[in-house]
Amino acid sequence: MIAAAAVLLGAYLSWTAGRIDRLHARVDAARAVLDAQLLRRSGAALDVASGGLLDPASAVLVADAATRARTLEGADREQAESDLTAALSAALDDAEFVARLRTEAGADAALDELAAACRRVGHARRFHNDTVRSTRRLRGKALVRWLRLAGRAPWPETVEFDDSVPPTLEA
Amino acid sequence: MKIGMVCPYSWDVPGGVQVHIRDLAEEFMARGHEVSVLAPGDDDATMEPYVVSAGRAVPVPYNGSVARLTFGPVSASRVRRWLSDGKFDVVHVHEPASPSLGLLTLWWAEVPVVATFHQANPRSRAMSAAYGILQSAFEKISARIAVSEEARKLPVEHLGGDPVLIPNGLYVDRFAAAKARPEWQGSGGTLSFLGRLDEPRKGLPVLLKAWPKIFGARPGVRLLVAGRGDVDEARRKIPAESRDAVTFLGAVSDEDKAAMLASSDIYIAPHTGGESFGIVLAEAMAAGAPVLASELMAFRAVLDGGRLGVLVPVGDADALATEAIALLDDPERRQAMRAAAAVGVRRYDWATVAEEILAVYEMAVAAGARPESRRFRRLGR
Repeated sequence: MIAAAAVLLGAYLSWTAGRIDRLHARVDAARAVLDAQLLRRSGAALDVASGGLLDPASAVLVADAATRARTLEGADREQAESDLTAALSAALDDAEFVARLRTEAGADAALDELAAACRRVGHARRFHNDTVRSTRRLRGKALVRWLRLAGRAPWPETVEFDDSVPPTLEA
Repeated sequence: MKIGMVCPYSWDVPGGVQVHIRDLAEEFMARGHEVSVLAPGDDDATMEPYVVSAGRAVPVPYNGSVARLTFGPVSASRVRRWLSDGKFDVVHVHEPASPSLGLLTLWWAEVPVVATFHQANPRSRAMSAAYGILQSAFEKISARIAVSEEARKLPVEHLGGDPVLIPNGLYVDRFAAAKARPEWQGSGGTLSFLGRLDEPRKGLPVLLKAWPKIFGARPGVRLLVAGRGDVDEARRKIPAESRDAVTFLGAVSDEDKAAMLASSDIYIAPHTGGESFGIVLAEAMAAGAPVLASELMAFRAVLDGGRLGVLVPVGDADALATEAIALLDDPERRQAMRAAAAVGVRRYDWATVAEEILAVYEMAVAAGARPESRRFRRLGR
């Protein structure tokens, strides 16, 4: 009887450890997807800045923010991505101006690419953070903690920054 | 000449660049030229008659912190209207590298443009994408001016330019005529400081660290602290026995600032960094206050290599205290410093500096307008 219980417990623990491993792998993969979308967004921002669509002051603001987002690391990186959101919203603040830009094919395409990239960044961040929360939920269970089933894997962190799409790009 | 000047920062906010432009505009008008200043600002009514409002400056992230800048299609059309209304012979842009009115102006100007660099802004390599845009905009500039070697760094190292050095100016006679106020002075001597209380680079922490030692050696001494910031917080950092000898004047008017300097036996500039010029040292010299300053490159230059004041190592509170006490004990040395400074500071008087700037305008006009770069779109045609 006891032997059967031990076998069942062992199977459960093994299955749980496997789930944790798979979740960690999914967090890493989701992070890679988010990073790729962030690069796409700052790349699209650089294209808008250097493409002659904006006045030179707005262009410098966006180019500066996009470059910082692409080159900074760690905690600075999250702030830089929020700053890029703010710079884009400020530069594209004027709805009439954006509407006029969209009447030209080249500018319209660049703005579409930027809008798509901004939306995808928002989605990717949510998907990443959802996976992080699932992982934390599982790792938080009593049995998992007592038996250290997660091994030495670091406690997963959510990614937090302002990823809102500039209002004039929403439509 | 019809001169157009552009201020990148809000006109109604206190700042060195705003004061520089105001003084320069008034100096040129006194010499018979027509001057119009374009500046961000809320209300036309509260600005001088020669200032045109370009709309509000908005807070936006730039180079790692929040800056108040004026940009965008509406600002651009205001700039173009000011340029076409003004029919200027020459346009003088201040801080052209700031993504604000100055940059917009030099883009759309069709007359010669002179540009002055005021601040040394440390930048990392992260700026490269924006620099490309700045460099093509800067093709338009006929003549570059920098107020100091520090201010030259940005245009030389990152933007491929070679600005001429013309220092910041001040009206020496206005400061020389300021009278001391006995109610501010101490029996053992009077020290003064001017700068934001909560910005460490202005050096107040260093001065407050040196203060107890100075007070201990000269009990009748008084310290006047002028500048914006949380007075209560600053006061808490002073030991109780010397606290009453420190008077916080808050934000001071130009007249009060001149009076404070005229009342001082020593003006102390303990800044630890971020100074491109240090006009307040020149103001102290003009008002007759011997200067004790940290040896920042900009300060050393204004003090003519240290000849016109006393320099101490940056951030060294002990050295600061020692020198202050030595100066307080030596009235003859202070008088000699006053005499040398009164002569040396004339170099920065607007009479001289404005003349140099006018000469630059004339050369720029003689060289004619440069062909425009067509890379940016012309908005709102």
